[in-house]
Amino acid sequence: MHDKTITELSQLLENKETSSQEITQSFLERMRIIDPHLNAFITINEDYALQAALDADKRRKDGNAQKLTGIPIAHKDIFCTRGVKTSCGSHMLDNFISPYDATVTKRCKDAGMVLLGKTNMDEFAMGSSNENSFYGYVHNPWNPELVPGGSSGGSAAAVAASLTPIATGTDTGGSIRQPAAFCGITGLKPTYGRVSRFGMVAFASSLDQGGPLSKTAADAALLMNVIAGFDPQDSTSVDTSVPDYTATLNDSLQGLRIGIPKEFFSDGLDPEIATAIQVAAKELEKLGASLHDISLPNTELSVPAYYIIAPAECSSNLARYDGVRYGYRCEEPKNLDDLYKRSRSEAFGDEVKRRIMIGTYALSAGYYDAYYLKAQKVRRLISQEYQNALQQVDVILGPTTPTTSFALGSKTDDPISMYLNDIYTIAVNLAGLPAISVPAGFAQKLPIGMQLIANHFQEAKLLNIAHQYQQVTDWHKRQPEMNHQG
Amino acid sequence: MEWETVIGLEVHVQLQTQSKIFSNAPIAYGAEANTQANIIDLAMPGVLPVLNAKVIDMAIMLALATNSQIDQQSIFARKNYFYPDLPKGYQISQYENPIVHNGYLDITLDDGQQKRINITRAHLEEDAGKSLHGNFQGKTGIDLNRAGTPLLEVVSEPELRSAAEAVAYLKTLHELVCYLDICDGNMQEGSFRCDANVSIRPRGQEALGTRTETKNVNSFRFVEKAINYEVARQISLLENGEQIIQETRLYDPDNNQTRSMRSKEEANDYRYFPDPDLLPVSISDEQIAEIQKQMPELPAARRQRLQSELGLSDYDANVITASRKLADYFEKVVELSHAETKLVANWVMGDFSAALNKENFNITQCPVSAELFAGLLRRIHDNTISNSIGKKVFSAMWQTHKSADMIIEEQGLKQVTDSAAIEKIIDEILEDNPEQLAQFRAGKDKLFGFFVGKVMQASKGKANPQQVNNLLKQKLFTDSH
Repeated sequence: MHDKTITELSQLLENKETSSQEITQSFLERMRIIDPHLNAFITINEDYALQAALDADKRRKDGNAQKLTGIPIAHKDIFCTRGVKTSCGSHMLDNFISPYDATVTKRCKDAGMVLLGKTNMDEFAMGSSNENSFYGYVHNPWNPELVPGGSSGGSAAAVAASLTPIATGTDTGGSIRQPAAFCGITGLKPTYGRVSRFGMVAFASSLDQGGPLSKTAADAALLMNVIAGFDPQDSTSVDTSVPDYTATLNDSLQGLRIGIPKEFFSDGLDPEIATAIQVAAKELEKLGASLHDISLPNTELSVPAYYIIAPAECSSNLARYDGVRYGYRCEEPKNLDDLYKRSRSEAFGDEVKRRIMIGTYALSAGYYDAYYLKAQKVRRLISQEYQNALQQVDVILGPTTPTTSFALGSKTDDPISMYLNDIYTIAVNLAGLPAISVPAGFAQKLPIGMQLIANHFQEAKLLNIAHQYQQVTDWHKRQPEMNHQG
Repeated sequence: MEWETVIGLEVHVQLQTQSKIFSNAPIAYGAEANTQANIIDLAMPGVLPVLNAKVIDMAIMLALATNSQIDQQSIFARKNYFYPDLPKGYQISQYENPIVHNGYLDITLDDGQQKRINITRAHLEEDAGKSLHGNFQGKTGIDLNRAGTPLLEVVSEPELRSAAEAVAYLKTLHELVCYLDICDGNMQEGSFRCDANVSIRPRGQEALGTRTETKNVNSFRFVEKAINYEVARQISLLENGEQIIQETRLYDPDNNQTRSMRSKEEANDYRYFPDPDLLPVSISDEQIAEIQKQMPELPAARRQRLQSELGLSDYDANVITASRKLADYFEKVVELSHAETKLVANWVMGDFSAALNKENFNITQCPVSAELFAGLLRRIHDNTISNSIGKKVFSAMWQTHKSADMIIEEQGLKQVTDSAAIEKIIDEILEDNPEQLAQFRAGKDKLFGFFVGKVMQASKGKANPQQVNNLLKQKLFTDSH
């Protein structure tokens, strides 16, 4: 049961060959056995899940089912879920039970999906290894000594280990794509504005975007059909029509122009990844696409620009965690300043504090022009560069990450090296573009991710290419060894 | 040395919307603490602001009424600082590109002279909540009902030269925002409040002196007192060889003084940056044109028209146009009653306003509709009743909401204009008061009033006073000779 895609599970449900209760039970049992070794979940609420499964089965019996009614899902603990703890991986929100549902969680609930639990993550989505969680490390199912990537590490590990058939994540600088690559699954970061940010705890508002982490591109398409679309509660969500993402999965790739930027194959890239990605590109060429060399010369500016803009926004977004209305409050504050200082220093982790400080500095009087405004100019430059490239080609192809997963603890003392792991993913957020990571081979038994980037609102094209690729390859079907044991 | 006072005002105009500027929570005043704050006002994790489009229309109205420029690409910024009544840890405001800028307001000074005060800018922002220092076991209470209430902050150039000018400017602005119906103007409830930037300089000097900012002065009288206090304080400091510190001060009306709140050194670095949760506000020419069409007549124009078209005196026009609703009421009564405008003006400014004041009502709470009131004035105008019987009818109308005709009928108040009937009463009075008649005839002219009173009394006020006068004169003067 657990190795099935949601495309398959939904077919089984429709054919009445199984029930949501049966599926849900099966995943819950698996979580009980395996999650203690992975720590992919912060909250598992069995009663809640079983009740939702019961409701879903009734709904299907009543003939009111939608495509994903009864399908289990796990949400990254950054999405507010009414009546369920929403911690954002932080001590600060360890006691926070959300009074409302995020638009994404509400849409999944309305579609009849069954919430299995909330997944582990880097605190406030700040990190690339999931080592910055108040709830401890998440282990990579392919090798428990290694990181699953971050910040959506819990979601990626949970899908890779088949603890859930699908999960949500958020991506501010690569936080869906990089863990998807490290865990050998499919991860889609939609266009900025495609999926509502309402109820998704903000890290960097102009970059954050929610999306699916799944076993296949077809599964991602099914979830996108549920979560994508305009939300009047999010002023930055875009009011354009949403296609049926499954409708174009089988379109031919004949005539597709794929651009391969030389900057994505520079010195820092693991040669085995470079080879795997070139092989993958050839596969697509066989399917009818043409390959073109392109250049994105400002790629290396994306990391420094990102590490001004994202911290600047985070320094302001996280100001609300002040110990006054909800969340952590220090013991016996002596006065207002003490309340602020101790609540925030005791409950935020090091990486969060580091970014708040960087962001506060970058926005300060006298530094604003030199840092924040300059970074915004770089952002426009990068955005323009991608627009120019996407005039010449339909999609851009490259590796998702410069390396495969790395050892737990190996980069925690070196934030710069950690930040550079996002070199290929960050520019996409700065430009607001959609991008997908799909499994494209292995290096030393560890999964490699291929990234495809398209123009705004062309998620359907990315899913189409990824799906076609998955019809002729089986990288996405490979399972970590632990899955065969469980 | 002779000192010149320099004042610039920042006025917070609370916009009269149904809901908050970035959430759909209601903004009614006086609700139980924290009952008008939703998840957005409470800054729950993950919530996002959505701009209430009404506030843009209101800002455009103010811009049009103050001859200001409108920024058609205006942006919201975050002003970052920590305070318990500021749930997000930042206030959404406007910094660069405020929606309204470079306008002016003409004010009338005490000596009747006009002065033009330039408006630097007016920007939209959200209000904060309130800290409550009541009985909370040594803690501070927080009420977030007010958090997110829409404000338009109107900033003047430092062109006001006295407390009196400042008050004239404030009153003009207050009248304007009430006319535009974008603010309820209630100063006690904080719907219109002011921060005063005050400095002094030797007369003739160009450079501005060090200024202080006096916060949240919530009545015209306190503004005047606070500024006068502050000017005197600054003069005394400089004349004693001391320095003025740039700082924020708070006016204490109980002791009529200002005191230091925080100095410039303690001031926050607000780290303004564009709010990434909100898109820039685009205002089209069509939108401005549409609002231009809906603009009400402004107070200055209306005053002029009431004088030129309806022949009101300068004074009457000023009193009646002081509030848009009063002026609307007045014009409606004029239209419906066909009475002369002076009669209507006297009544509206007299008994009518007195009755409102007595009950502490504003005009929207008035129990006498313009239709009813016009009915009364029509009967005075056509001599069915006298002005003084009119007062009686008016007070009955106030209580019963009945029409003037019905009250006149029920109480038999119709004026007696039949000369024979009045003459008959006069004859009876003269006969009943022979002593007074003799004294009158002996030259005590003052007793004429006594006889008028007696006749009116005997007619229960219904006799036409003019006729009583004439007939009495005829009898007393002609009969005696």
